[in-house]
Amino acid sequence: LSCIRGRVVFNSPIVFRSQALNNLSSYGERDKGNRSERERMSGMVDASSWGAALVRISPYTFSAIGIAISIGVSVLGAAWGIYITGSSLIGAAIEAPRITSKNLISVIFCEAVAIYGVIVAIILQTKLESVPSSKMYDAESLRAGYAIFASGIIVGFANLVCGLCVGIIGSSCALSDAQNSTLFVKILVIEIFGSALGLFGVIVGIIMSAQATWPTK
Amino acid sequence: MYGFEALTFNIHGGYLEAIVRGHRAGLLTTADYNNLCQCENLDDIKMHLSATKYGSYLQNEPSPLHTTTIVEKCTLKLVDDYKHMLCQATEPMSTFLEYIRYGHMIDNVVLIVTGTLHERDVQELIEKCHPLGMFDSIATLAVAQNMRELYRLVLVDTPLAPYFSECLTSEDLDDMNIEIMRNTLYKAYLEDFYKFCQKLGGATAEIMSDLLAFEADRRAVNITINSIGTELTREDRKKLYSNFGFLYPYGHEELAICEDIDQVRGVMEKYPPYQAIFSKMSYGESQMLDKAFYEEEVRRLCLAFEQQFHYAVFFAYMRLREQEIRNLMWISECVAQNQKSRIHDSVVYMF
Repeated sequence: LSCIRGRVVFNSPIVFRSQALNNLSSYGERDKGNRSERERMSGMVDASSWGAALVRISPYTFSAIGIAISIGVSVLGAAWGIYITGSSLIGAAIEAPRITSKNLISVIFCEAVAIYGVIVAIILQTKLESVPSSKMYDAESLRAGYAIFASGIIVGFANLVCGLCVGIIGSSCALSDAQNSTLFVKILVIEIFGSALGLFGVIVGIIMSAQATWPTK
Repeated sequence: MYGFEALTFNIHGGYLEAIVRGHRAGLLTTADYNNLCQCENLDDIKMHLSATKYGSYLQNEPSPLHTTTIVEKCTLKLVDDYKHMLCQATEPMSTFLEYIRYGHMIDNVVLIVTGTLHERDVQELIEKCHPLGMFDSIATLAVAQNMRELYRLVLVDTPLAPYFSECLTSEDLDDMNIEIMRNTLYKAYLEDFYKFCQKLGGATAEIMSDLLAFEADRRAVNITINSIGTELTREDRKKLYSNFGFLYPYGHEELAICEDIDQVRGVMEKYPPYQAIFSKMSYGESQMLDKAFYEEEVRRLCLAFEQQFHYAVFFAYMRLREQEIRNLMWISECVAQNQKSRIHDSVVYMF
């Protein structure tokens, strides 16, 4: 009877929800072995079907995407910042060649943002471990997967805006230095504060990645 | 989106903006002008200018120099800078830079037509034209007898063609009509430029609106003052005012009925930005008005450089250079004619 009910149940999610509630009350002590799965699914039964679909995504997917975002979006931010600074620097250096060597610091600050992304990506990929497929959807596995994903997003987007910030300030720095060389150091201080944003992202990202503990075998 | 131009402006405009700011650093300062005002003759002026960016343009000129040579060579520098920027620009910046030339084209057209009316030689007139406003077939302007011919023969192929729609009459060209034509063309040009800048949006739209509105208002005041006592009717005068600016529409209505300078002053003092200009002059005095307007224009143009990532810096640089060339012309003329006491009457200091 339960099998027939089970087959009918999986046709529609709404039926699944209400029928599963009935199933719980009628099964009682009988299927102890599947208790953990049913317990887990009972918690998810109240969630929408989207919630149920999300927790069925492998935690490795989330981890991989997190690592990809960490390096990909950081490099996007660094590249964006470098071209903003570089185009202004080249043009300004035609009339004032003395500014070139000092203003390469702005480009170096942008580059540091990409390096942060690479470092965190390497750290994150060492956190990946294999778990047996019976435990793949345990709460702890999911937590590890989400931790790596979150770490990747944190680092990626913090570095994106940091790269943009440093790039725009670097462009203004080059143009101001060309007009009045006493302004360079003052604007550099602004840039240093801007580059601290990327550092915040890296720190929090690394702290998050320490949460990535997979269930032991 | 306003405020976020910094993210994408440098893709196409970063290099040129840096170049134009480098040129701006080469504009003459008050110290340079003081040195120039101390000069005894034109060779001294040439020596002082050789230390500035004009040096390479003036060094091969044989003495004795003429003031027209100095002005011509300095204008050549402006044209070289402009052409260098224009050939490197992409859309929409190249369209923006082209717009800056149309004012000079209109002036050249009017110069040739007026000169032909007064029986001058075409070649002589072409040499007097501003180089930024040259176009092919400009010499054919001398052949036209009335405005319709002017349009059909020459101007339909130039970028000025769309500005002629209000001007097309079959009347013969005489002094009055030519002035009206100049002002009508300029009005259409300013409105077109204004609409183009509004379409660009962002910081460019905001800063250019301010600069163009000032230009439109200044022209309205000049048209009013120059047409006091002439045959120009009030309706015609009102048609020459542009459709934007501080004075539009109520100031225009009041200016259209003004009959002397004090009435103009009365109208302008109701607008706070212009009140400051008019308060510098005492009653009945109008010769200082030009200089006061130039000073206000230079102040606004210098302010355009305070913001980054917009196109108005190009417009501001061209205008500041033109003002500088006007200054140099005045200084050279005063020195050449030994009237150094009058030098400070008309020099507008920038930095």
